Amino acid sequence: MDSFRSKIIPVTTILAGVVVIWYVFAVILNAPFQRDLDQRANETPGTVEFIGKTLSQPKPTLPAPHQVAVNFFENTFLRSITSNRSLVYNAWVTLSSTLLGFAFGTALGIVIAVGIVHVTTLDRSLMPWIIASQTIPILAVAPMIIVVLAAIGVTGLIPKALISTYLSFFPVAVGMVKGLRSPEIMHLDLMHTYNASRSQTFWKLRVPASVPFLFTSMKVAVAASLVGAIVGELPTGAVAGIGAKLLSGAYYSQTIDIWSALVAGSVVAALLVMVVGVAGRLVDRAMGGRPA
Amino acid sequence: MSGQSPAVVSASKLGLTFQTNDGPVQALSNVDLTIGKGEFVSFIGPSGCGKTTLLRVIADLEKPTSGTILVNGISPEQAREKRAYGYVFQAAALFPWRTIERNVALPLEIIGLSQAEQAERIKRTLELVNLSGFEKKYPWQLSGGMQQRASIARALAFDADLLLMDEPFGALDEIVRDHLNEQLLDLWDRTNKTICFVTHSIPEAVYLSTRIVVMSPRPGRVTDIIESTLPRKRPLDIRETPEFLAIAARVRDGLRAGHSYED
Repeated sequence: MDSFRSKIIPVTTILAGVVVIWYVFAVILNAPFQRDLDQRANETPGTVEFIGKTLSQPKPTLPAPHQVAVNFFENTFLRSITSNRSLVYNAWVTLSSTLLGFAFGTALGIVIAVGIVHVTTLDRSLMPWIIASQTIPILAVAPMIIVVLAAIGVTGLIPKALISTYLSFFPVAVGMVKGLRSPEIMHLDLMHTYNASRSQTFWKLRVPASVPFLFTSMKVAVAASLVGAIVGELPTGAVAGIGAKLLSGAYYSQTIDIWSALVAGSVVAALLVMVVGVAGRLVDRAMGGRPA
Repeated sequence: MSGQSPAVVSASKLGLTFQTNDGPVQALSNVDLTIGKGEFVSFIGPSGCGKTTLLRVIADLEKPTSGTILVNGISPEQAREKRAYGYVFQAAALFPWRTIERNVALPLEIIGLSQAEQAERIKRTLELVNLSGFEKKYPWQLSGGMQQRASIARALAFDADLLLMDEPFGALDEIVRDHLNEQLLDLWDRTNKTICFVTHSIPEAVYLSTRIVVMSPRPGRVTDIIESTLPRKRPLDIRETPEFLAIAARVRDGLRAGHSYED
């Protein structure tokens, strides 16, 4: 009940507002083209009829919410999931490289963080490069990665996953550096009084203390991974995946397809963040976390 | 003071100067002190008098910059490596992701005791601090006083003969504090450990100690050492006796002589 009042109502209110604004803009943005059509056909529709027409164009400038919803529903539930027009199929293609890249990225981020926390030289030398790596626009780097890897015979899933890795290792590395350094002085002093070795301090204190930081950064990283996978599909001329749908939609001005691919991408992103969030909460509970 | 048994802590001309941005700060200067086995020594003084620093030097958490200090006849570092002491901090400093029994087990795991040995010691030390039945609880499920008792159990678990306590009850209310003081005395009496206890409460110092080391700030130094004439067994109401009040008055005099009451 409480979550209904405190979460669902505010969220649906905003959603309703967005839908209303979306309809208003759909009418405004599609009106010029519709007026053009009507003029050429020598028609003078009434206001209501005119608005109805702006909301049912086959290739609108801005598709109306119900057009996107219908397209999304048809391509998600009514198609065989092996069809390359199915959003489930395309989402799965993107998801698989997202997950692979996310796994690589998380592992890489953790390794880098452990190195930075334990080796002073790495702390000084690596951090500026890591930050610099994220200032390079991924859109510029992605085609090069794909082309270079294709030249040495690596194609398919791996190049796309590597772009996800490139985007997702950063939040994990930064979060884990913070997490591994989060133990209080008192806890570190305590380990010192026990004459604990570096590895004992690492496993018994630094690692458990960093777990909440890991999950927070993994939430950011998994969303970044998805962006990476979609971006990775654009220059490959990939035949499947959400990125490929976006690209083909843009080629053929299938605006409704573009929007429903966008919705599919958002749904996948929301699910991924949610799964990481739930996993984080389960781990927190298992580690004696106080129920909120 | 125990005459024949070897000193647990012996310091001579001990000094420690911190280098800060505002120049050097003399946290300890010319400290001479000998603590015998089985003693309960309190360090009292206003903040900045170096009482915590002195305890941290004994524990090898700070390095002295002059003078010498021996713990059990060896350097503090060697003593720490031999796990010669248990340290209780101002806060309980329990690991929130470990249950009470796993927290007590932490030093035992580090030392590398067998599971059976660990279980036996956990049981024994939790009984010693009256926390039996709370083994599976997480720290947040316990009150502040119980958390501090768990941290004392953790310090006792590996059977060091020396217990270093840095204002362990400072953050607790007076009722809980009285109760824990009583329990601590009882524990000291039963285990015959040597206890170094930092406090800023005069009644606490007088009630617990066999000797009270009065310290003063700027520079941190020992201004007086008062031997307690109170018997080993001390009920709480001993604090209303003239003898107790006389010792408290001497401590207060010692603090005043060290200009601790001046601004």
